[in-house]
Amino acid sequence: MASDTTLTPATIPAPPAEARRAPISVVGPVAWMRANLFAGWLSTAVTLALGYLMIRWAIGFIDWAFINAIWSVPNNQTQACRDARGVGACWAVVTEKHRFILFGTYPYEQHWRPALACVVFVGLYVVSAMRRFWRPVLALIWIAALTTIGVLMWGGILGMPYVAQDRWGGLPITLILSTFGLAFAFPLAILVALGRRSRMPAIKAICVLYVELIRGVPLISLLFMASVMFPLFLPEGMNIDKLLRAQIAIILFAGAYLAEVVRAGLQALPKGQYEAADALGLSYWNKTAFIILPQALRMVIPPLVNTFIGFFKDTSLVLIIGIFDLLTAGKTAIVEPAWQGFGVEVYITIGLIYFVFCFAMSKYSQGLEAELNQHRRR
Amino acid sequence: MSAAFETVASAARLDAPPAISMDRVNKWFGTLHVLRDVTLDVALGERVVVCGPSGSGKSTLIRCINRLETHQEGHILVDGIELSDDVRALDAIRREVGMVFQSFNLFPHLTVLENCTLAPIWVRRMPKREAEDLAMEYLNKVKIPEQAKKYPGQLSGGQQQRVAIARALCMKPKIMLFDEPTSALDPEMIKEVLDTMVELADTGMTMICVTHEMGFARQVADRVVFMDRGEIVELGTPEQMFNNPQTERLQLFLSQILRGH
Repeated sequence: MASDTTLTPATIPAPPAEARRAPISVVGPVAWMRANLFAGWLSTAVTLALGYLMIRWAIGFIDWAFINAIWSVPNNQTQACRDARGVGACWAVVTEKHRFILFGTYPYEQHWRPALACVVFVGLYVVSAMRRFWRPVLALIWIAALTTIGVLMWGGILGMPYVAQDRWGGLPITLILSTFGLAFAFPLAILVALGRRSRMPAIKAICVLYVELIRGVPLISLLFMASVMFPLFLPEGMNIDKLLRAQIAIILFAGAYLAEVVRAGLQALPKGQYEAADALGLSYWNKTAFIILPQALRMVIPPLVNTFIGFFKDTSLVLIIGIFDLLTAGKTAIVEPAWQGFGVEVYITIGLIYFVFCFAMSKYSQGLEAELNQHRRR
Repeated sequence: MSAAFETVASAARLDAPPAISMDRVNKWFGTLHVLRDVTLDVALGERVVVCGPSGSGKSTLIRCINRLETHQEGHILVDGIELSDDVRALDAIRREVGMVFQSFNLFPHLTVLENCTLAPIWVRRMPKREAEDLAMEYLNKVKIPEQAKKYPGQLSGGQQQRVAIARALCMKPKIMLFDEPTSALDPEMIKEVLDTMVELADTGMTMICVTHEMGFARQVADRVVFMDRGEIVELGTPEQMFNNPQTERLQLFLSQILRGH
């Protein structure tokens, strides 16, 4: 058979002369700068002008944020800070209020509990990110971690005093809302996306209705409905927790958006993949689980993570129904008269916390994308 | 050459009930009438080559056999089971009918070996080890066992199509459908795929091939079906068809493809 015939020696071309190195004007940093920064007189002028502005701004910022900054003040004596207004940052507000910003109104002497809960969350993210844990055992890890977090936050056992949910606040609330939100919204989204492509008219109609209804209203109005209107429909005395209601609203909202992202992946998959799976006699669920979803989800990693990051930050909207997430806690921290007017420092700090989580997600997704799409390379 | 696949039967068993029986099958795409009163019986072990100009409905015809396309009128019986909306009957049929596509349609995210073992494991409920042994056996027969751990994207077109054949064979089907298996291949790779198909034909596998490879048709086909505009125009042995075409349409078609060669 003619298959796999290796080239006979006669057809192998003579080895080429040793490849010469590209001249310095083509590769290397000098060539790069010439091509991208100083390609002409206009390009050079813009480069110089922007460079000047950037350096000016960076020097100003370093002066303000580090050199002239006040890192702490004794006993809420903020006069030093007020004198340095506009010249140096008053990080003292963060030093002083960081525990309130991170944990809200949670009882002060019990702060180790929400702190530990946050550590458990981060540990859960790290474990979930490692592909070698992508096995059924991961579900058990999640259940164990979330139970631990619940026990830590509520307490009432193991000698930890009970803390009612309306006293929770800060970073744990943000992490709870976004973690549960995405953990439930993602599977929901997959089912809805599959449902929208179903041949069964009733299922398709329900899924279309759900997506269009939820997408058609702002998250804020959904949160309002969950917090104000929903209890009106419940019988007297029955009360579903406010945080849970907000959580459900977020899950439903994120689910609708993610469903459309997943559907895009399902549609981008060549028809031949569905046909090959059908021709082999695979059942619908086997086909979906082994052929369709693995490929469809890989294709939509960038928009998926885009939506994830968006929702991580959208959880801050719960402030309008009086739930104390990270941003609300920060806002409340500077209500105290002594610390009024130091919002910039607090918001920069909170922004940094959000940034760390979002940037980690973004970086991880880039790595995942490269790793999972290896099969596309030769 | 035939040593690679064990021989099941030496010739078409015309006395046995037909493997595939199509009775006045009609199909429309919207208002386009793509299959017109197609009636065709294929015996167990028979090799049928379907040819015809593009758009003549030949691909649609074989795609109706495993219901990748649904027909609207007439009856199709495969292995004695009638094709209908009954999902269980369909599952039973698809287990017995393997298919090879023009564009290979391998699963790009799975290795060659995983491509071959997926269906035996999940449809035939075969233990993983056994499925892997079976897959290696067939990869050996299509002469690419050394590629088992690679991804389809790392193989040449001809190698991919041979993997696709092995993947279908791993289900131990009774009938194999080939939908223009060499049309997407570079000329130098066509032969390796055709050789594999010839070997398979020598084992007595029931095969229906849509192809323009007339050399292949002469070599292995028991019968050739010529289709044009959705209907079977002529049907006979390769000798009858190629040496003594009865209809003007077949004469025209043959003169066109021979000029191309």
